[in-house]
Amino acid sequence: MINEETLKELALSKSEYELIVKRLDREPNELELGLFGALWSEHCGYKHTKKLLRSIKSTSKNTITEAGAENAGAINIGSNKAIVMKIESHNHPSAIAPYEGAATGVGGIVRDIFAMGARPIALLNSLRFSNLKSSRNIQIAKGVIEGISGYGNCLGIPNIGGECFFDESYESNPLVNAMCVGIVDNDKILSAKAERPGDLLIIIGAETGRDGIHGASGLASQNFEETIELRSAVQVGNPFLEKLLIEACLEISNLKELVGMQDCGAAGITSAAIEMAERSNLGLEIDVSKVPVRESSMTPYEIMLSESQERMLIAVKENQYKDIFSVLEKWDLRCSIIGKFIDGNEVIIYNKKKIVSKTSIEVLTSPPEYDLSKIANSYKIHKSKLSLKDKYNSFDMKIIDSHLKNIFNSNNIVSKKSVYRKYDHHVQTNTVLEPGSDSAIIRIKNTDKYLLFSCDGNSRYSLIDPKIGAEINIAESCRNISVLGGEPIALTDGLNFGDPSKPKGAFQLIETFNGFNKACDVFDIPIISGNASLYNEGHNSSINPTPIIGAMGIMNNKTKIISKSFKKSGHKIGIIGNFWGTNIGLSGSEFQSYFDNKTTGDISIDLQFEKHLQYSVRNLVRSGLIESSHDLSLGGLIVALVVSSEKNHLGVEIEKSVPKNWAGALFGEDQSRVIFSYDERNYNDINNLLIDIEWQQVGSVTEKNIKFENILFESETLFLRYNKGFSTDL
Amino acid sequence: MKIGIVVFPGTWSESDTHYATNDVLGINSEYIWHKDHSLKDTDIIILPGGFSYGDYLRTGAIASFSPIMEKVILFAKSGGPVIGICNGFQILCESNLLPGVLMRNNSLSFVCENSHLKVNNDSLFTNEYKQNQVIKIPISHGEGNYQADKKTIDELEDQNRVIFRYSSEIGETSLDNNPNGSINNIAGIVNREGNVLGLMPHPEKACEKLIGSDDGLGIFNSIVKSFV
Repeated sequence: MINEETLKELALSKSEYELIVKRLDREPNELELGLFGALWSEHCGYKHTKKLLRSIKSTSKNTITEAGAENAGAINIGSNKAIVMKIESHNHPSAIAPYEGAATGVGGIVRDIFAMGARPIALLNSLRFSNLKSSRNIQIAKGVIEGISGYGNCLGIPNIGGECFFDESYESNPLVNAMCVGIVDNDKILSAKAERPGDLLIIIGAETGRDGIHGASGLASQNFEETIELRSAVQVGNPFLEKLLIEACLEISNLKELVGMQDCGAAGITSAAIEMAERSNLGLEIDVSKVPVRESSMTPYEIMLSESQERMLIAVKENQYKDIFSVLEKWDLRCSIIGKFIDGNEVIIYNKKKIVSKTSIEVLTSPPEYDLSKIANSYKIHKSKLSLKDKYNSFDMKIIDSHLKNIFNSNNIVSKKSVYRKYDHHVQTNTVLEPGSDSAIIRIKNTDKYLLFSCDGNSRYSLIDPKIGAEINIAESCRNISVLGGEPIALTDGLNFGDPSKPKGAFQLIETFNGFNKACDVFDIPIISGNASLYNEGHNSSINPTPIIGAMGIMNNKTKIISKSFKKSGHKIGIIGNFWGTNIGLSGSEFQSYFDNKTTGDISIDLQFEKHLQYSVRNLVRSGLIESSHDLSLGGLIVALVVSSEKNHLGVEIEKSVPKNWAGALFGEDQSRVIFSYDERNYNDINNLLIDIEWQQVGSVTEKNIKFENILFESETLFLRYNKGFSTDL
Repeated sequence: MKIGIVVFPGTWSESDTHYATNDVLGINSEYIWHKDHSLKDTDIIILPGGFSYGDYLRTGAIASFSPIMEKVILFAKSGGPVIGICNGFQILCESNLLPGVLMRNNSLSFVCENSHLKVNNDSLFTNEYKQNQVIKIPISHGEGNYQADKKTIDELEDQNRVIFRYSSEIGETSLDNNPNGSINNIAGIVNREGNVLGLMPHPEKACEKLIGSDDGLGIFNSIVKSFV
């Protein structure tokens, strides 16, 4: 009988092992057990999330691929062009080896994109770290940012946006979610499939080494911290090789002999090859002795499960590999025919002439599906009340002023320029609006289109109420696009959660999907791809549930490009939605976390109003009547006014008095509010355009300072703090 | 009139350069693969940016030994105009077509931003600009810190061969406006004969106002004019 240590190492439960024995009708050998450990991991098998994932809206009139069916999701943007995009996490590796973990995270997501024949045109990322008070946390944050910079810059793909957020819940588990976007002609999208028996399976790129073995199982291991000494679980990236792979793979994608392409990611050849066979409804023979290896005497087990980076698998028509090999030779890339697709439904693994495993593909790729609702049933959400200090409701100029100054010391509020300055965001010469805006805008050459991208999440809301948090997550990601005139048309989601086999984790996951489903329905937008990273747990606690939404929008290239920045003194300022925030809007806010060190209260969003707001603001931007536009989010009204003034060193005069509940009014993060600025002469036209939504003119752009009728904040001090960046140099 | 754009493994600015010269300016431009043995009768050679050979050993070091560089060196020595952008500048230094070296940025970090450059218009590559004009061109490098011995620097300065200097928007060339620690804020230089230019900023990325600036086009226009 198998010992429990071995199972634990593979992250298989005893009942899962018994199921394997039952389905195979025999004990698996060591290699097979490794295959099951990898393919039944959460990362490959989605055993806790599959049911939920099926429930999600993943198609629209523009989607091309079925979510989860290919390496990434694809959506038609017209002009015979499709956009391929996906977000993927590399959280656990980044916790152990920040530089390499983050670097290979970028490498992995880029391969998912060009595996579909798409040229990568943009990277974004969403980063979560604990506060920068310990040297360990600083090292992690630094390493991750350097890793993304070191790997991404080498590839010539612009890194156009994202976010970087700090919260103590990420003390044991930093989050690194990388998103990649690619473009491909509609009729040239590659599939990760073979076509017929006899098609060859060929490996391209790096030699296979002993690195990253058990990566996929490790990702799903509850006891990941125990394996921290297992450095071999983290792969080492070679961006130069990746760059060659991009160019070579895109070149061979035009050859008719090429049938399919697949990235070798988590669980290495095992997952890549067997999933290709499964998709093709074919069997597969692989000879591990044909795989180019980095070290001698590697076992079939090690070769099959290695997660060495920068490897691709391709399926090629039988005997027709000559032209493909000559392209690979041009790029000095190593390749080897390692197997072929066959009739039937078995994967037969050879080591030279000897069969080392013969297993049903269906059994390998059908892990048990767990019903999270049963686990979640016992969990009762506990909402703690929002209790505010008395001083937040009594007007005192000095106190208000010091709170405003102080919040500009928060790493979450200050400029992230020191991060994106390390990423090339100009290469490919398409970047129309740079990082640091509500969303990034790129043009697509030879079309009449601009594309907009944002990558965003607010885990504090998800902690308070995962369902409404998820609704707000989608609403806000789309709002980031709508405020610049774009119409959101596709989403990708990164799910970063704690242990799903615990009631709390299961509850948070289910509720997040409920929220996603509701918001996707209201906004009529599909989630075309995604990734789940579970078991993000430390010694005592799990991370805040952290869904991340990557959003794409589209607009005509005649649209006037605006940003959040006010342009000229004398312009008027208007707002759609409520001007003042509310006390309840402090729930889960940066203000509450920064000054009271808690995340409590109640959150809400009216999705129908939000939809109407986004429609209205899009029309407003497209009318060309306004000069700037900005979503009110982290830090509320006052932070929005400051950062909108900062770039052009302007100020604001608001024709209102700050009310007694100044904290809620200025710092409340109530949803569905957009500020914009405009030339006074356009007032009537704007009013006609916004006839059916609540809006008001609230003041003017001035030369300097943020002035209300009863209080004045000096803007220069705030700008200085904002631009000083993080409390520690990263 | 034809521009040749050399592509090494790891180069990534070749298509941006091709777009700027061929599509925006309408100058016939062609790629030259590093394994080629001919410059295909091109009149101007550009070594574009990127990470040739993954920056292994030293930036530009391996590329300087690639087959095509023998031809590029001969071309340059016979007076043919050569522009090395970013990694191309590093390759020109490694090939001894330009003096000095490009060291790690003094911040030890990669830096990508719009840089302002003060132009010396007394060169084949800048005669379309006004003297001391300030232009906006992006930089994107980890190793752009130009250094050389005192004699070399004195010679560059005495012979008026510093073509671009990092500056403020109004042309101040102080340390505050130096993104990488380059000596004398040097961003671009020419060789003694004036036919080889190396610069760290990416003029091809400043080819249209829509993407932030079209100030880079002046370099290509200047050199092309010398052929008319």
